[in-house]
Amino acid sequence: MVSRPVSDLLLVETDRRVTILTLNRPDVLNAFNNELITELALRLRDAERDVEVGAVIITGAGRAFCAGQDLQDRRAMFERGETPHLGAGLRERYKPMILRIRTMEKPVIAALNGVAAGAGCGLALACDIRMAAESASLSLAFARVGLAADSGASYMLPRLIGLGRALEMAYTGDPVPAAEAERIGLVNHVYPADELMPRTRDFAARLANGATLALGLIKRDFNRALSLDLDAALDYESYQQEVAGRSDDFREGVTAFVEKRQPKYRGS
Amino acid sequence: MTEAQVLIERDDPIAVVTLNRPSALNALSSALLTDVVGAIEALDDADDVCVVILTGGSSVFAAGADLKQFSEMTLAQMVQSPRFVLWDRLRRVRKPIIAAVSGYALGAGCELAMSCDLIVASETARFGQPEINVGIMPGAGGTQRLARAVGKVRAMEMVLTGRMMTAYEAERAGLVNRVVPNDVLADEAMALAREIASKPPISVRLAKEAILQAYETTLAAGLEFERRSLAALLGTDDSREGMKAFIEKRRPEYHGK
Repeated sequence: MVSRPVSDLLLVETDRRVTILTLNRPDVLNAFNNELITELALRLRDAERDVEVGAVIITGAGRAFCAGQDLQDRRAMFERGETPHLGAGLRERYKPMILRIRTMEKPVIAALNGVAAGAGCGLALACDIRMAAESASLSLAFARVGLAADSGASYMLPRLIGLGRALEMAYTGDPVPAAEAERIGLVNHVYPADELMPRTRDFAARLANGATLALGLIKRDFNRALSLDLDAALDYESYQQEVAGRSDDFREGVTAFVEKRQPKYRGS
Repeated sequence: MTEAQVLIERDDPIAVVTLNRPSALNALSSALLTDVVGAIEALDDADDVCVVILTGGSSVFAAGADLKQFSEMTLAQMVQSPRFVLWDRLRRVRKPIIAAVSGYALGAGCELAMSCDLIVASETARFGQPEINVGIMPGAGGTQRLARAVGKVRAMEMVLTGRMMTAYEAERAGLVNRVVPNDVLADEAMALAREIASKPPISVRLAKEAILQAYETTLAAGLEFERRSLAALLGTDDSREGMKAFIEKRRPEYHGK
């Protein structure tokens, strides 16, 4: 295990080829301020570029995962008599961070240790897989303060749970508890609070030490297919499989299968 | 000895021309442009080549003209620049040229890609005419070919803001034929080239010419050109063989006659 204190706002740790990013503003339920979002985007970029990293976990310190945008910042803005320009901030900060998670060709897993609300919910939705503690909940709380949805929620949520359920979450902002979230496919697995991190770490380590080239191609494939028709998706799959077919990992996978042994993948 | 600025690989009936100035992001200096056009013209004259692929390799297609060279030119030198002659010579190549674009195709690089007949782009491709950002404007078809390829409003936005198009934007706008992952770009360009190379060469040549006429002339004159080209083809052995094979339900064998 290697710990690298980079910033107090975000803890960075590497364990068995897995980078664990912990949002660390527990006194404000890990709410996003500009620095935290920027820091998160930068550390995601590091993980994307580091060949020794095969997967990423995002989680929160304390009792919340992430309560979304820090509303204290917003109130201060009103008190100064300023007109909000939320659009620019979303494009400059949230968009690169969400895009990074969706496009980096490594599994990104949210470990929901508690409340994920607003943009914190958007962050969880942008991840490939969500693991939740029994005490966790997801809430698209934007409408409760008079805002529309952002941080990619309008794109990801209907794809995960269907339009009807997604709009119910968006209209009401009501929190969806972990058990219900698991039932409707909003989270992948629910564990007792003390098992969440060990289980998620083991799961991520398994992916990070597997055929990582293939996992990257799979993520690229699935992302792309979200905006394609079947005909084009089949073409795109054929391109990815062409690449996978030329990899050392595929040769190793086939050889190990025939020799009835565990494959040793190198991600190339 | 310095390495050649342009690499030519023959895999008949396909030839691949690769811009090889990676340290300068394949910036199209007059010397490089001279070599590229010369290489393509030589292949245009080579009997065993049917299709030319033009590429910059897997990381960059061509990032513009050589600005340093440009900035040192006088008005008189610019007006008489041999570059314009080179661009015109490229326009007269008879064989199909496929651009295989990965990474930046900017300024003259974008114009070079648009001078080709088909464009296969990798997901990393970026197209743009950023000349406006340095106080100039496109000079090798960037306003003309772009407007024809993507329409007035998109061309205006690109040329007046200097903003780049991603590969998928370019695909939606009709600037490129298709977008493929970078790892298979060369294979896909080659597959497309082979498909075209399997067709009767005289048909390919006349059809390319006729399509280019669509951008040069009125509809009436273009239709007349097309009709005459078709009539001319009916005199070839290949057209007789093609139609005969179709009726006999067998594969045609073409000889370029």
